[in-house]
Amino acid sequence: MAQSRRFPRLPLFPALTVLVLLGPVVAGLWGTLLPAFGHLPAAGLSGPSLDAFRALLDWPGFGPAARLSVVTGLAAAILSLAITALILAGWAGTRGFGVLERLLSPFLSVPHAAAAFGLAFLIAPSGWIARLFSPWLTGWDRPPDVLILNDPWGLSLIAGMVMKEVPFLLLMSIAALGQIDGRRRMALSQSMGYGRISAWMFAIFPAVYARIRLPVLVVLTWSMSVVDVAVILGPSTPPTLSVQIVRWMSDPDLAFRLQAAAAALVQLALVIGVVGLWFAGEKLVAHLACRRIEMGHRGHYDRPLRLTGFALGTAISVALLLGLFSLGIWSVAGFWSFPDLTPDQLTTRNWMRHYSGSLGAFFETMLIASIAVAIGLALTIGCLETEHRRNLRLTQRGMWLIYLPLIVPQTAFLPGLQTLFLNFGLDMGRAPVVLAHLVFVLPYLRLSLEGPWQAWDPRQATVAAALGASPDRVLWRIRLPMLLAPLLTAIAVGVAVSVGQYLPTLLVGGGRIETLTTEAVALASGGDRRAIGVFGLMQTAAALVPFALALVLPALIWRNRKGLLHG
Amino acid sequence: MAEGLHLNKVKITHLGQPLMSIDTHVAPGEVVTIMGPSGVGKSTLLSAIIGTLSPDFTLSGQIHLNGRDLTTLPPDERCVGILFQDALLFPHLNVGANLAFGLAQGGTRAERRTKIDTALAEVGLDGFADRDPATLSGGQRARVALMRMLLSDPHALLLDEPFSGLDAELRDQVRQLVFDHAKARGLPVLLVTHDDADAKAADGPVVRLE
Repeated sequence: MAQSRRFPRLPLFPALTVLVLLGPVVAGLWGTLLPAFGHLPAAGLSGPSLDAFRALLDWPGFGPAARLSVVTGLAAAILSLAITALILAGWAGTRGFGVLERLLSPFLSVPHAAAAFGLAFLIAPSGWIARLFSPWLTGWDRPPDVLILNDPWGLSLIAGMVMKEVPFLLLMSIAALGQIDGRRRMALSQSMGYGRISAWMFAIFPAVYARIRLPVLVVLTWSMSVVDVAVILGPSTPPTLSVQIVRWMSDPDLAFRLQAAAAALVQLALVIGVVGLWFAGEKLVAHLACRRIEMGHRGHYDRPLRLTGFALGTAISVALLLGLFSLGIWSVAGFWSFPDLTPDQLTTRNWMRHYSGSLGAFFETMLIASIAVAIGLALTIGCLETEHRRNLRLTQRGMWLIYLPLIVPQTAFLPGLQTLFLNFGLDMGRAPVVLAHLVFVLPYLRLSLEGPWQAWDPRQATVAAALGASPDRVLWRIRLPMLLAPLLTAIAVGVAVSVGQYLPTLLVGGGRIETLTTEAVALASGGDRRAIGVFGLMQTAAALVPFALALVLPALIWRNRKGLLHG
Repeated sequence: MAEGLHLNKVKITHLGQPLMSIDTHVAPGEVVTIMGPSGVGKSTLLSAIIGTLSPDFTLSGQIHLNGRDLTTLPPDERCVGILFQDALLFPHLNVGANLAFGLAQGGTRAERRTKIDTALAEVGLDGFADRDPATLSGGQRARVALMRMLLSDPHALLLDEPFSGLDAELRDQVRQLVFDHAKARGLPVLLVTHDDADAKAADGPVVRLE
C-alpha cells in the first residue's frame, strides 16, 4: 500500500482500547485480592489475615455452593457444545437450517434475564406446559407442589443457560464454517462412504472447534459464574457460589465484603481449575476420535441423530419464542386461574401501574447503552483503521486479549471494582457503570465488525487515494458509508450486550443505578408475574428494536444503491 | 452393458431453468473427459453423481453404476469417489490417519496399518505416515489424496480438475499416476477439465458441453 505517511494521532486507539479492556479487570482482581486477605480500610480493617477464608469455609453452604457452580457450569457448557455440534452435523446447509440461521441473531440479543423468565413461565408448576396438560391428563386442578424452578440440582438453571448458549455457539460456528470449505470436505467424506453425521464430526468439527475455542471458553466460564440467570432459575439454599457472592456484597454489614472477596477468589480458582480440566478433556476427546478414525468406522446411524438434533433445535427455538410470548401475555393478564390456558381478561392495567417505573429504567438503560456503545464504536473503528493503515493483523494473542474480559468470571473482578471505589471514597454512579459496560461491549463490537471490515475491498481505498483523497477522507466518505449495514448491526449487538448486563450495573452502580435488567431481576424473588412480564418485555424490546433498525435503515438509506443492499 | 457408469438422459435444471444435459456411458477402466466453458454445469454434474446436489437444482434421468441405480441413494451409499483440485487433506490428522479415514472399515489395527504403509509405498511415499500434511509438497499431497480415495474402495472415480493446481511437469506425472491406478482397478473415470492436455492424456471419449 502506498500510504507510508505516519499518523501520530491514531496509535492512541489501540493503547486506549487495551486500557479500557484490561484496566477494570486488573484493578478489579486487585480490589478482590486485598479484602480477601483482610484489608478493607473503608471498614477500618487492615490485613493480612486469613479470617475471611476461615469464615468462608465455616459457612455450611460452601461445599454445596461450589459444587453447584462447577457441576451446572460444566454440564451447561458440554450440553451446549454437543447440541450445537449435533444440529450442525445433521442440518448445516439444508433449508431448515437456513430458517434457524436467520433466527439466531435476534435470539442471541434477547437478554438472559428475559429468556430465563420466559423459560420459568413455561416450566413452573403453574406454567404454560402444566396448564396445557391439566386437568385432562394430569388431573391437577391446582398447581402441583413440586420444585421444578430453582430445583436443588440446578436442572432448570442448566436448561436456561443452554437455551442462550446454543444460539451463540451456532453463530460462531457458522462464521468458522465459512473459512474451512465445509461443503467440499463433507462431499469428499461422504463419497468415501461416511454418513452425514460421522463425516461432519470427524472431518469438519475439529476444524470448526479450533476456531470457536475461545467462544467455548466464554460459555464455560460464564456458565460457572452467571448471576442473573441463576437468581431466576437456580437453587436458593444454597445458591451457586456466584449468587452467594452477590448476596454478601449487598449486605449492609461491610464485614461480609471480606467473605465475598474470599469467595470471589475461590470462584476464580474454580474457573481456572475447570478450564484446565477442559483442556485435558480436549486432548482426551481428540485422542479417542483419532483412534476411532484409524479404524475407519463409517457410522450409519444418521436418522436418529439427525432427528435428535432437529428436536433439540426446535425445542430451544420454541422455548425462547413461547417464553417471550408468555411474558407478553402475563404483562396484559387480568385474573388468570389455574389451569386455564389463557387469562380471563386482557387489561392494560399492569402497564399503567408500572408505567413510570419502567419508563425511568428504560431511559437509564438506553442512556448507558448509548454512551457505552458510542465510546466503544469510536475505539473499535480507531483500532481497525490504525491496523489497516499500518498493515497490521490481529494476532492470536490479540484475540485472547479481546476475549479476556469475557473469560474472566464477572464475579471475580466486579466485586473488587466496587471495593476499590469504596476504599478511594469515589462515588459510584452512572459514569463507572458505563465504563464497566464498555468492558463487555467492546469485545462484541470488535467481533462483529472484524469480518466485514476485513472483507471490504482495499482497492476502493487505492482508487480514492489515487484521486487525491486523504486517508481520513477515505475513512469517512468511502469506507464507513459502505459499511453502514455492518456498523448498524455492530451497534445493535453492542446495545443488546449493554442492555443485558446485570452484575456490572448492580455492583459498580452501588445498587443505585436502576436499569430494566436490574429491576427485572430484582422482581424474581417477589413472584409478581405481571410486573415481570412488563419489565421483561421492555428489556427484550430495548435489545431487539436496535436489531430491527439495523435491518431497516440501510435498506431505506441505500434504497437506490443496489450494490450496497446485499453485501 | 451393465458394467461401468451410465448417465441416462441426465438433465439438470437450476430453479426451473435448464442448465445442462448429458447422455453417456463410461466403461470400466475408461476415462471420459467432459470439457466446456466455466458456468456450464460441469461441477454441478459431478455433485449430482456423488449425490450432493444443492436443493436449488433438480435432476432428471438416471445414474447407474455397475447395474445399481444411484439416483435416489444417499451420497455415502453410492461408492463414487471424487478428487478435487485441492487435495483437501484433513489438517488435524497426520498422513497415516488421513489414509485410515479413507480405508474401508474392517481389519485389526495392525492389518490396517500395513495396508496404509503399502499404499504409501505404492506412490513412493514410504514412511510418510506420521507426517503433518501441511509439510507435504503439492505433488505429495495429490498422491496422498489419491490413495486416500482409492483405499475407500470406490466403484467409480470422478475428477474435478484435479491437476490444474499443479505445475506443468508435476501435472503429467500425477495425471499418469491417477489414470494408471484407475485403470489397474478397472474403475470408470469421469474427468472434468479445461486443459486439452488432460483430455489427450486421458485417451478416451471427450464430451463437450456448450
